[in-house]
Order: sequence, then structure tokens, then C-alpha cells
Amino acid sequence: MSVVNEWAFIGVFMAIAWIFPSLPLVISWLTRPRKANAIKMQTYECGVETVGDTWVQFKVQYYIYGLVFLVFDVELIFLFPWALAYNQLNFFAFGAGLLFIFLLADALIYAWKKNALEWA
Amino acid sequence: MQNACVDVLETLAPCLTTGGLDPGIAQFISILIGVALVALFPLVLVILLIWLERKIAARVQDRLGPNRVGPFGLFQNLADAVKLIIKEDITPAGADRLIFNLAPIIAVVSTTLIWAAIPFSPIHIGADLGIGLLYIVGVSSIGTLSVMMAGWASNNKYALLGSFRVVAQLVSYEIPLVLALLVPVLMTGSMGMQDIVRAQQGMWFIIPGLVSAVIFYISNLAETGRAPFDMIEAESELVAGYNIEYSGMKFGLFMANEFMHAFTANLLFSVIFLGGWAGPLSTQIPFLGFIWLMVKTFIVYIPSLILRATIPRVRIDQMMAFNWKFLVPVAIVNVIVVAFLLQIVKAIGWMPDPGNTDFLAHVPEAIILLAGNVALIAGVVTMLRNSGRRERLAEAAPAANDEHAIVAVH
Repeated sequence: MSVVNEWAFIGVFMAIAWIFPSLPLVISWLTRPRKANAIKMQTYECGVETVGDTWVQFKVQYYIYGLVFLVFDVELIFLFPWALAYNQLNFFAFGAGLLFIFLLADALIYAWKKNALEWA
Repeated sequence: MQNACVDVLETLAPCLTTGGLDPGIAQFISILIGVALVALFPLVLVILLIWLERKIAARVQDRLGPNRVGPFGLFQNLADAVKLIIKEDITPAGADRLIFNLAPIIAVVSTTLIWAAIPFSPIHIGADLGIGLLYIVGVSSIGTLSVMMAGWASNNKYALLGSFRVVAQLVSYEIPLVLALLVPVLMTGSMGMQDIVRAQQGMWFIIPGLVSAVIFYISNLAETGRAPFDMIEAESELVAGYNIEYSGMKFGLFMANEFMHAFTANLLFSVIFLGGWAGPLSTQIPFLGFIWLMVKTFIVYIPSLILRATIPRVRIDQMMAFNWKFLVPVAIVNVIVVAFLLQIVKAIGWMPDPGNTDFLAHVPEAIILLAGNVALIAGVVTMLRNSGRRERLAEAAPAANDEHAIVAVH
């Protein structure tokens, strides 16, 4: 069948996939007891009330990992068309792809030397 | 081949049309039933998976595991599910309610969506997309989002810190995962899941793509948060990590999703590297292909359960270093090696047609690629041994003056 049909399947799937996990939550909402009180609804911590705001500043290393990931992920997406057409490629296109991978390796070495991969 | 989920559905649309229904509506109904089947299957399967996991973990720890409810304790998880559903649900006062409630649903949805593009047999596949592999990678990374949502919306410091760590882990291990997936695409010349399986009818990709199969397996363990990479379940240091404030069925969904995701990851491994439905007679009897797929998946799934029960966890800095300083470089070198060897194979003219189902036709290509992979493994092991020795010597040199070290030597 057509390409449109395949994506129609995905579209219907995306709509239906929400229903099955929501169903137990709805059943649970209908059947569960409701005995809320202020102390029960407190944020869980070590036994004392939580101090200060939860949405605190966090370690910068997470951000750096995020950036490195972003660079690599975008570059990887560009490699897939190359891999896809690999059997039809001439030697020049093969070399161009390899050069791109070397750039990827170069970026990794740079991040490594700059201690961006260090969990400090 | 077609957009058919089940044999019956293939005939269902024409059947309904002859019954007097509009062809468009008949088509829609058959798609709807197919979707329901594919989406329900993993959710039903997860009950069996949790039972299997508990049984195997119990055996490793010299216990019996669930054995009271139903035969062999099979219904224990149904009982647990009922218990979770009728439990009181506690949402902390400071939580962001909408996102808090949405997070477990999104987690399950992201795993379920992967199943839409899994080829179960030569004719049974939800949707045979031209970019199936990319779709699977994209959809499975929605799961990362649900973790972040859960951690952020809980308004709890443990949850927030836990979700930061989990996101850092999931995001990092996606790089070697995708790099490892480049190799099957290189060998197939297609990203359609059916094409990838069909290209393996002669030779499974685990043989010519040994290194990428190993990298894929390891990063899958990390992506699904299984031991030894179970930073997701940070019981000992962050109480429970991102799902600490969840209770009742919302927690149940997160837990079910973990098992479902682990199985799905192994299912992907067997589709991409172990030939999926390819096996004796699978093209003649499509249902047999489904059985082959399940057999292969359980063969790789059960070792991952034993791994989880036996291996201690690693620290987060070790885990990140292992990914960025070991898996990623090896995966990059692996892509270069495979691309180079494929070019050589093509130049010699030993490259078989991808549709060739003859085992012998693939042997010369596979031997060359396997030799390249083994050489890569040998090189990596040698490098690791040398750097390990250098580190030990560097440690031993200053320690020689130390009194305790001398005592230890004697």
C-alpha cells in the first residue's frame, strides 16, 4: 500500500497509544480512596520539612553533556543519508563521508582535551 | 510487505467493502484494529515479563520468587496491578499537576510507539516506514522527556537531582547507540525495518557487525536503565530518583514501562542484529517468523535479566567516562573500519545482492568484515592493557616511598 497509509497507521497509533496507559489511571481515579490531609501531601524528604525552593541551580556539567550530545546527534543525522546511499556512492563521496566522520572524531578529541567530558 | 498487521486484516477491508461499507471507512477500521492489537500486545506481555524477571532474580538469589497466586505465581502481577490501582494516590502539594500526571503516560506511550515499526513476520508489521530506524530512535528518545517531566514536576529535590542524572545518562548513551545503528544501515542501504530483516536472510548482521552489536547491546542496557547502569533506580543515594513522589498506578506505569522498554530494546537487538523473523520456513509460514523473533528476543533478554541480578552498579562518573571515553570513540572507529572494508569488498566484487538469501553467498563478505571487527577488538584491548599498565606504574612510582606500600609489597 501507499506511503500515506503507513503514516496514517502511525497517526492512528499515536492517538490510540495514549488510551491504553490512561485507562488504568482513570480506573484508579474512580476506585481509589481520597483521604488527603496537609501533612500527607507534603514534599517527601528526610523527615523534616523541605527547606527552600526545589528548582535550584544545578551542576554545569549536565549542561555541557547536553551541548556535546546536541553536536554529536545533529552530526549523526547527517551521516544517515550517506550510509543509506553507500552502495551507489563513488569513491569521492565515500571519502567525503569519511572526512565528515573524522571531523566528528576531531570534535570528540577537542571536547576531551578541554575536559568537557570530565565529571568534576 | 504491505501495511497489514494480521492476516485477517488483509482480508478484512475488502470483506467490509463487499458488506456495503465505504472503502475508506473499511480501510480505517482495519487500521484501527491493527493499531489496537499492536499497542495492546506489549502491555499484556509486560505482565509475563515482570513475572519472569522476579522469578529469575529470585533464583539467582537462591529464593523461590512468586509462587502462591495462580500456577507458578503467574497471577502475582495481576494481583499487584489491582493493588496499585485501588491504592490512594498522593500528589505532593507543590507539584505541577498536569505535567506530573502526564509524565507516566508519556513514558509508556514512547515505548509503545516503537512497536509500530517492528517487523513481526514477513507480512506482519505495523507500518513499514522508509525511515523506520530513524523513527524508532526518535520515538524512544521521547522517554527521556518523560523522566525530565516527572523529576521537574514533582517539586522534590531528590526527584530533580535524580532526573538530571538520568537525562545525562540517557542522552549520552544515545550517541554510541545511533553510531552502532549506522553499520546495519551501511550494509543494508535502507532504513526500513523490513529491508533490514530481509537483508539478513542470508547472514545475520551480528557476524559482520560484531563490534556494533556489542556496542548496541551495552548502550541499550544503559538506555533502558538496567544494571549495571541503573542510575535510574537510585535507591541508595537519591531514595528512588525521579519517581520518588509517585504512588499508586502512576508509579505502576513507570515500573511497567521499565520492563517493557527493556524487552523492546532486546526485541530491537534481535530484529537488527539477529535477523528478526528470518529463520527456517519463515517466508512460507509467516506466523513461524513471529515465533523465531520471540525465541531470539528471549535468548538475548534472559541474559540481561541475569546481568541485572548479578552485576553491581557503577558510579555515575565512571558510567559517563565509559560512554564518552570508550564507547563513542570505539563506535566512531568501528564505522570507519566497516565503511572502509565494505568499499574493499565492493572493489573485489564479493558484495552479494542484499536480497540474496543464500548463506554461502554472504560468507566471503562476512569473513572480511568479521576479521576487521576482531582486529578492532584486539587493538582496543591492547590499548586498554597498555594504558592500564602505564597507570599502575605511575601509581606505583610515588607509592614506593610510602611505608604502607612497602609493607604491602612484602
